[in-house]
Amino acid sequence: MKLSIVNYGAGNIKSIQFAFKRLGVEAVLSNNPDEIIASDKVIFPGVGEASSAMKMLKESGLYQLIPTLKQPVLGICLGMQLMCNHTEEGDTKGLGIFNTEVKRFSNKVKVPQMGWNTISNLKSDLFKDIKDNEFMYLVHSYYAENCDESIATSNYELEYASALENDNFYGVQFHPEKSGKAGEKILKNFIEL
Amino acid sequence: MLTKRIVPCLDIKNGRTVKGVNFVDLRDAGDPVVLAKQYADLGADELVFLDIAATLENRRTMHDMVLKVAEQVNIPFTVGGGISSVEDVDDLLHCGADKVSINSSAVKRPELINELSQKFGSQCVVVAIDAKQVDGEWLVHLAGGTIPTEIRLFDWAKEVEKRGAGEILFTSMNHDGTKAGFANEALAHLSDLVNIPIIASGGAGTIQHFVDTFKEGKADAALAASVFHFGEIPILELKEELKNKGIPVRI
Repeated sequence: MKLSIVNYGAGNIKSIQFAFKRLGVEAVLSNNPDEIIASDKVIFPGVGEASSAMKMLKESGLYQLIPTLKQPVLGICLGMQLMCNHTEEGDTKGLGIFNTEVKRFSNKVKVPQMGWNTISNLKSDLFKDIKDNEFMYLVHSYYAENCDESIATSNYELEYASALENDNFYGVQFHPEKSGKAGEKILKNFIEL
Repeated sequence: MLTKRIVPCLDIKNGRTVKGVNFVDLRDAGDPVVLAKQYADLGADELVFLDIAATLENRRTMHDMVLKVAEQVNIPFTVGGGISSVEDVDDLLHCGADKVSINSSAVKRPELINELSQKFGSQCVVVAIDAKQVDGEWLVHLAGGTIPTEIRLFDWAKEVEKRGAGEILFTSMNHDGTKAGFANEALAHLSDLVNIPIIASGGAGTIQHFVDTFKEGKADAALAASVFHFGEIPILELKEELKNKGIPVRI
């Protein structure tokens, strides 16, 4: 089992690495295309601002690589948002893997959404043995619009896609690495896909 | 539905918890990693580690501690105390901290908030504000509440939001340590004034105080130390009571 975490400079990847370590899997941080292609599973992380993260991804030379990967790929938080068509944050064009738009929450609610919210309408092997309305930890100001590729939804101001799936690509808005035992179970499910 | 957060706070000196912690069945109640794991299992939603010594020599010990917590604990945590530069934050985030909290350094150089939120994102920038009500006016205090300033709490809260803070941790010096309840009037005003989450701190003594700070104080999260450390308020019991009172919590 070879697991790579795409290392393009965006985000707190230590926590993801540690979470897999708790599951007994050594995750390798990598920006080497050959190493990433040769992995069984790939994590595409991301924290921070979308346009600067996308800039870093382009500079790392991995921008073209990600959409061509054939093994299961899991985008987390901003990673998931960058896999969508477009995000309002910094008016940034995404990788177009998920056919949806990323928009900002309005000021009717506190922004960022910070804390534990439920995930519902679960529709993927990624959520095997995860109960409907399980709590996950989220921190975000932008959300992916609900669409055909939604495999989980959450409610904050409106119902949005808190997880997406298209072929071998998966994305989660929440942080499974910070969501207690249920989050660890989702990471375990991903490894076993 | 987004739930209200319960946040135990651990004071750290030389990599050990201080003030004393009195949990049953703990091998080493002074070990922050053991405690953090215990809190995560008991249902805490987040943790705050405050480096109260925050000297240069302590910094490496703090980094080691943050690494160990990140390695073993599966809920988010914030690290505060003595953070004054982009480099400090970079180091802590690399060790696995999810958020950092800055206080006096932000008052001394408010641009620090802009720099941190631009480089790391607002989501990891917590601005802690210690304030005391003097003659009806809430004034910001520095250095753990010991040094008064002329800065008004509500002006400062607006400013930190504008500069990119992702969250405000508000401690009322009038209430801290009293166990007589949180500063709910000021908290509610803060919550109406800014559009970022507010963590209430200072004054927790009973379960009812938490109910009040979520309802009257409109707080998004509530932080406490001794009531949790000494088992006076078990977290699960607290959350069940909050749920009974119609406050959304993660159980």
